[in-house]
This record gives sequence, structure tokens and C-alpha cells, in this order.
Amino acid sequence: MATTHTKSAARLMMAPSVIALLLWMIVPLSLTLYFSTLNYNLFNPGETPFIGIMNYRFFLSDPAFFTALQNTLVLVLGVLVITVGGGILLALMLDQVFYGVTIVRLLVIAPFFVMPTVAALVWSNLMMNPVYGVIGQFLNFVGIGAIDWFSSAPLLAVIIIVAWQWLPFSTLILLTSLQSLSEDQKEAAEMDGAGAFSIFRYITLPHMARAITVVILIQTIFLLSIFAEIYVTTSGGPGLQTTNIPFLVYSQALLQFDVGGASAGGIVAVILANIVAFFLIRLIGKNLDA
Amino acid sequence: MARAVSTRRKIGFTILGWFVGLLIFFPVLWTVLTSFKTELQAISIPPRFVFFDWTLENYVAIQERSDYFRFAMNSVWLAFGSTLIGLIFAVPAAWAMAFSPTPRTKDVLLWMLSTKMLPAVGVLVPIYLMFRDFGLLDTRIGLILVLFLINLPIMVWMLYTYFREIPGEILEAARMDGASLMKELTQVLAPMAVPGIASTVLLSVILSWNEAFWTLNLTTTNAAPLSAFIASFSSPQGNFYAKLSAASTMAIAPILILGWFSQKQLVRGLTFGAVK
Repeated sequence: MATTHTKSAARLMMAPSVIALLLWMIVPLSLTLYFSTLNYNLFNPGETPFIGIMNYRFFLSDPAFFTALQNTLVLVLGVLVITVGGGILLALMLDQVFYGVTIVRLLVIAPFFVMPTVAALVWSNLMMNPVYGVIGQFLNFVGIGAIDWFSSAPLLAVIIIVAWQWLPFSTLILLTSLQSLSEDQKEAAEMDGAGAFSIFRYITLPHMARAITVVILIQTIFLLSIFAEIYVTTSGGPGLQTTNIPFLVYSQALLQFDVGGASAGGIVAVILANIVAFFLIRLIGKNLDA
Repeated sequence: MARAVSTRRKIGFTILGWFVGLLIFFPVLWTVLTSFKTELQAISIPPRFVFFDWTLENYVAIQERSDYFRFAMNSVWLAFGSTLIGLIFAVPAAWAMAFSPTPRTKDVLLWMLSTKMLPAVGVLVPIYLMFRDFGLLDTRIGLILVLFLINLPIMVWMLYTYFREIPGEILEAARMDGASLMKELTQVLAPMAVPGIASTVLLSVILSWNEAFWTLNLTTTNAAPLSAFIASFSSPQGNFYAKLSAASTMAIAPILILGWFSQKQLVRGLTFGAVK
């Protein structure tokens, strides 16, 4: 058992990390909160009068905010549907015994290690370019005709790129969960005459439920702050068609120099993420006791 | 887990599996192939798969024209610098939480995790302004600091889950046998802790190497790592497919290989042990 001596030693060992994270959390966040109440523009940094909740009013009543919020939600939901659905199918496939399954597994998880800026550029230039892109040439070949993704379906294009990057993550986690499912249970069900579909529906899927929840929560946290893919491919355009909340805040701050407005937007983003984080933390907290 | 599988079923899944695997891997494969083509062949219609004149000229051109190694060195500095500082902070903290837990340890762990949920845009403005005022914009040291802080919760968590698996009895047994503190640390604990520390280092390096939000917003040229360097290719004059592919290949190859080695630990690190 821990003595008083080891207890104080433990506190001393934890202190640097705790203090570092406390500063990281409190200092910038309270500054953001403070800036969000000021009329603070980098063009005119001398005068920063207090304007209360005006920035929030402007930010929240700006039509761009609603477009960005809508794009953010479509982006998160679209990617989740593809990655969770696809992840389940891929995990089921990779759980099978076949020649070269270890190599196929490596191929499937590879996109996760590709840095976002590379993924965005490779997709927009080598894959989705209407003239030289491989997808365009394939569509021409089968007679459908190439699509100019970034002008006719820009948000869908971003969703495809992001989903490609996150599909490995859900696959890997769902596969890990699938591999902890006992074979005996499936065999018993088979003996009782259960078909492949009912085994999936009543045994496999419930077993994966927890992993699916973890995938959804963790991915949502990351997907709410997608930035590099949009920055590199569309810069939020055309118009506002691919502007999500992080990109809107970025453009308000570093392109329009409106520190106050951007800070208000940042706080809105923090609140959105916290709603998701609340559930995630509870889920993981439960796991700690087990 | 020996399972009797019919050969037909096995062959069926082999064909399906390889088809799907190659389909998902295709953008990476295509990038690597394109990096060995001439610019003309890179945009040839129909596309050439393997029958082209393989060349290394793009790799040479990338290095000569844009000083690839300077960006690569920045990436190395940022990834390893932030990881090293992270280790110095995280190892003692995780150690203390795993071996002398208090009733509040769980709360501290969850609180640390919650800082990871803070969206970067929420703090972009003050960090940017502070960096500007302290002269940290576009410096390695500034970015190392940010990367260290955003990865610290993950490092603590991952190390904690590893350390917790080291049985306390072994320590007591060593103590009974009269091992000195030094011996206890170097000969009993270190060998058991090293695999966990190694996985944590890998994950932290991967995450820092690929980080794009902060590197795009806080650097311009001097401290820009590969993730920001690659983004500069999106400007109209930079659309040389073969050269873009060569630069991309060089940027992702080291991390892809590292990632493949650490795939198992990755699940643990990224889900904070919630999926086993």
C-alpha cells in the first residue's frame, strides 16, 4: 500500500503533466473567451472596446454560420455512415481466413497513416481531377462520363477523401472487437440452426456495439475539426459550399483579422465538441472501473 | 482458433479480400507509381500502370528545387522533439498513477483526456497572438511546444494502461531479495516498461508527423514541416503530378512503415483502452 512518502512522491511526479495541461487548457481558452467579448480587429489593434455578446450575435446570425454548421453536420454524418458501415463489412471480411489476409490488412489500414495534406492533394489531383484523374478516366471508359468533383459536388468530394482516411480506423477497432468474440458462441448458435445473418444480427452486432459507440464518438471529435483537407482542396469554396466551422473560424481570424468574431466562433466549436466529449468521457470512465 | 474452412470459401474470400484491399490502397499505390513517371507520362490518357519509363528525376527535382530535406528535418525535429519532451513529462505521471493510485487518479486521467477534446480552432486565436508576441511564429520550438501539449494526454493514457499491467508483486519480490532501488529500476522494471514506452513513442511520432492544423497556421517557411510543405503544392504553379507524387511518397513512406509496425498498439492508444 502506498505510504505517505510515496504519495507525495507520486504527486511530485504527476505535477509537471498536470500543470502543463492545466495551463494549456485555461490560458488560451480564457483568452478566447475574453477576446470574444471585444471588438478586436487586427487591422486596428489599438482599440479593442468591450462589446459583450455582440460577436456571438453577429457570428450566430451570420448566414455563413448556418451554412458552416450544416456543412459540418453533413460532413460528420456522411463520413460516419461510410466509415461505420464500411468498417463493419471490412472487419467481417478481414476476420475470415484467406491467403494473404495479413497483407490485405496492412493495405486496408494504410490510408490512416497518410498525412491529411497528402491525402487531400493526391485525391484532388491524381484521383478526382476531371481530365487526368483516374476516377474520371474510369468513368469515361465505362461511359458514364467524368465528373468535375470540386465544382459540381465539392462537399461530397471532401466527404469521400475524409472517409477514405478514417475507414481504416473504424475497421481496425471493429476488427479488434470482433476478434475477441468467442468462436464457441457462434458454433453453438450454428448448431442450433442459426443462419449466417441471424448470427450477425443477434451475436456479432451486439458484441461490436461498444466498439461501434467508441468509433462514433472518437471519430466525431476528430471530424468536427476537419481542416487540412478543406484548406488544401477547396479553401471552403466554391462560395461557402465546403466551409465548416473550423474553416470559418480560421478565415475569420487569419484572413479577415476579426479576432473577436473568430473567438466567438471558437467558443461555439468548443461547446459543440463538448457535447460529444461528455458522452465519450462517460463511456471511457465506466471502462476504467472494470 | 483453428477453424475448418472449405477451400472454395477460402479462395472466394482471397479474391474478394485482395480486390477490396487493393482498391482502398490504390491512391497510395498510384502516388508511388506516378512518382517514378515523367511529367508527360503522369498525365497520359489512358493512364499507364507499370509500362512506363521508370525514372528518379522527380525525386532529384524535388530536392533541388525546393530543398525537401529542410522540410523533412523540420518534421523530424517536431516529431521527435515533441515526443521526447512528452516522455519526460508523461512517464513519471503515468508511473505514479499506475503504481500509487489515489481515489482521485481516475478523475485526473479523465480530465487529461478531456483537454484532448478541446477543438484546436477554439484556441487558435490566442495561441496565434501569443506566438506572434513572443516571436514563436514559424519556429521549431513553438511548434514542438504545441505538439507536445496536444499529444501529452494520449501519452499519459497509453503509458498508464501499459504500466498498470506490470504486476506489483514482482517489485515486492525483488525488494525481498534485497535488490537496491537502482537494480529494481534498471533490471526489473525497465525491461517490462520498455515495450509500452516504445509503442507510445511510435504513436506520438506518427501523430506529430501528420499534424496539419497547427503546422499550417503557425508556420510559413522556416519551421514548416512536410505536412505544410506538401500543402504548398496546391497552388496553381505547383501542379506537377509526378513531382507532387514524389514529394508525397517521401512524406508518407517513413510514417506508413512505422504505422504498419505499430498497428496493434495503435488501437489501444487511440481508444484509450476502451476496446481490447
